[in-house]
Amino acid sequence: MSNPPLLAIEDLCVEFATRRGPVTAVRSVTLQIAKGETLGIVGESGSGKSVTSYAVMRILDRAGRIVSGSIRFGGMGLHDADEDAMSDLRGREISMIFQNPRAALNPIRPVGKQIEDVLIRHAQTTHDAARDKAIEALERVQIRDAAQRYHAYPFELSGGMCQRVVIAIALACKPQLLIADEPTTGLDVTTQKAVMELVNDLTRSRGMASILITHDLGLAGEYCDRIIVMEKGEVVEAQAARELFTAPTHPYTRRLIRATPHAASSVRDLLPEELRTQEKSPAAPLATSTAPILEVAELVKEFNLPGGLWQRLKRRRKGESQAFRAVDGISFHINRGESVGLVGESGCGKSTTAAMVVRLLDPTSGSIRFKSRELSYQRAEQFVRSPLRRELQMVFQDAHESLNPRSTAAQSIADPLLRIEGLTDSAEIRARIEHVAMQVGLPRELLDRLPHQLSGGQKARVGIARAIVTQPELLILDEPTAALDVSVQAVVLNLLADLKAEFGMSYLFVSHDLEVVRLLCERVIIMRAGRIVEHGPVAQILSAPAADYTKELLAAIPRPAHLLPVC
Amino acid sequence: MADPALAAALPRVVSQRSALVHGFAHFRYVMTANPVTLLAFVLLAGMIMIAIFGPALVPYDPLATLADKALQPPSTAHWFGTDQLGRDVFSRVVAATRLDMLISVSAVAISFVCGATLGAFAGFWGGWFDKLSGRFLDTIMAFPLFVLAMGIVAAAGNTIQNIVIATAVINLPFYARVARAEVSIRRNTGYVQAARLSGNTDIRILLMKILPNTLPPMMVQLSLNMGWAILNAAGLSFIGLGVRPPTAEWGIMVAEGANFIISGEWWLAFFPGGALMLAVFTFNLLGDGLRDLVDPLRRT
Repeated sequence: MSNPPLLAIEDLCVEFATRRGPVTAVRSVTLQIAKGETLGIVGESGSGKSVTSYAVMRILDRAGRIVSGSIRFGGMGLHDADEDAMSDLRGREISMIFQNPRAALNPIRPVGKQIEDVLIRHAQTTHDAARDKAIEALERVQIRDAAQRYHAYPFELSGGMCQRVVIAIALACKPQLLIADEPTTGLDVTTQKAVMELVNDLTRSRGMASILITHDLGLAGEYCDRIIVMEKGEVVEAQAARELFTAPTHPYTRRLIRATPHAASSVRDLLPEELRTQEKSPAAPLATSTAPILEVAELVKEFNLPGGLWQRLKRRRKGESQAFRAVDGISFHINRGESVGLVGESGCGKSTTAAMVVRLLDPTSGSIRFKSRELSYQRAEQFVRSPLRRELQMVFQDAHESLNPRSTAAQSIADPLLRIEGLTDSAEIRARIEHVAMQVGLPRELLDRLPHQLSGGQKARVGIARAIVTQPELLILDEPTAALDVSVQAVVLNLLADLKAEFGMSYLFVSHDLEVVRLLCERVIIMRAGRIVEHGPVAQILSAPAADYTKELLAAIPRPAHLLPVC
Repeated sequence: MADPALAAALPRVVSQRSALVHGFAHFRYVMTANPVTLLAFVLLAGMIMIAIFGPALVPYDPLATLADKALQPPSTAHWFGTDQLGRDVFSRVVAATRLDMLISVSAVAISFVCGATLGAFAGFWGGWFDKLSGRFLDTIMAFPLFVLAMGIVAAAGNTIQNIVIATAVINLPFYARVARAEVSIRRNTGYVQAARLSGNTDIRILLMKILPNTLPPMMVQLSLNMGWAILNAAGLSFIGLGVRPPTAEWGIMVAEGANFIISGEWWLAFFPGGALMLAVFTFNLLGDGLRDLVDPLRRT
């Protein structure tokens, strides 16, 4: 590297003041980015990767401050620049794309106006020409009918479209450096692919440097030249992307690569050897000849469209339907002891299906037969008292949101025992709780903590413990690992595999991640727009998909060539 | 440990005691983290003590009139001076604390319980009950609230009980609205769904899972309302409704003393007015502290 780097961070330390004294979030981080280079910063939550980028933009919270070190951007020191200089720089020289595009946009201002604001703020245009420039910026991020979209409010656009608008704002003033902080987390895989390729094309065609901050090694591997791995505020490894995957030097990097599902051939491969549990043999030989545990036939769920009397009359005049079909006549079955994956992108009706199967939602029509008994006759409110309630349980998507913030872990797990099983003896309840906590690997001393005092993985365990404490026969898992770091996801997936082997439970595994489904399920159902596109054994669908949509889903998974399984 | 029952009981005893210790530690943390909260709680404790023990400790009988000592300025014998009938203003201000606190606490308690219940049901089930109760509350809100309170007391009769009811009615919509909003944003959260799966009935979910979680914002509302209720009760007495002379009450004392301000006897209205202000001030400061106390997220 003969020419000086565009951005050079030297020995950066960032501290946050908290109730328990200062906490160092970033310690002596050193990194450089040359012009036109794409750098990936990979790490799990709490690794300091976002804080580093906030320090570069000087947008740390009030509690955070740069303790030592320097940040130099093209010869200018950013670590001690004043607020005036920084606000000139932000957006014009360095731009940022945030994780949640909807939150990053002003909800009550048309998106075109928001692009104009940036242009005018940095004196890139006059008021008269702003409109044309904004439309041009929208066109560059491949938004169709840009002139009409100019007037759209963020809520009228999909998540992917919002992220495109954010990119348009970030690139409007032709900055030299773009920082993308988890730009595609929360977007569907096909949208993720489109957004990432757009960013890649735009930055490369303009010779811009960019930093991609992500927890997904696969994504970083596919789009970055160099990758920096961070753990607990420190840089543990910095290498060119290819070398990082072929010859990782740091043990943490190796563990991270191992925990990424892309390369693994079974769920056991995700964990390092020393953490693997003994393979448990099935408790009883599974009788596969018996009737399926769950049969769903022609299930339909319609939601009424919003709007008052006037809109209803208008729809009637146009002969439109008054309801939206979220689930449109789907049929499938689950055998005893089998795991079935239900895969689709957001809005395809997979969560609605799960909610109907678990009897939280009443279907509009169709039948749900559980252990040869029809469930759909009983309304969801009455199902609470059904004896089948304890055999049909669910693990929720967001472990944090699914725990009552005022209940300790033990109280949350005890709830089904008190309400469903009607236990009253507190010693017996405590014993059951401790037993199930041991099964899910939750240390006993954590049982008296409140949810916000637990980590993400621990909360996931509490959620699973609550669901299995009544020993259900069918467990519905609604994206149980979507919000978890890969290493925690690896542990939770192994736990689920162990529990299934031990108790012979059946799983309905709802997910958007085909890779995870591949490791945990025997059969998979692909859903789109409320209908089943394709279903069959996992191996067959993943290796030889019949439907175009499945092919598209598979192609969109970021999978750098050097990350393919090395068998 | 030979006895297994004892061994099983021991951790439970320990965990119960540690819960108390934790509770106290949390209280101490909230107090020390914010000196304003500490001040508010000290003032509240003082007011409660005065309300309980004040009437027994005052130097003079608050109702005893001494014609020869009328309208004396503050002195060592009469700290706050005497009024037009020779009654000791200090004794009357202290004695009035109990009555004013009683009126405001019971009025706020009634409107808190009724309003929270009404709002919680409306927010949880929605539908016709929500619409009906919403319009009913709008009707109350449509009146100028003090005028409505005046109307209720004037129509129902001039008693302390009716002051309490009137104050409760005009505060009802605020609690109902806060409760409705807080419940309706929580009614489909993950932990509520999980509670359904755990076999809880709807009513149990509402009372045991959702309502406790709406406490932090309700507490802020509660403390603001307390100050307001005291002002309201004093205001009703000031215009001659509600508590009747010669009962010691801050509002009446201000009203009576107002006639003497022009002639230079300022202490008659100044001291009860100051007490009123201090009470309102205390309750308004209390809000943040109360919220921090009941918010589980503030615990570590």
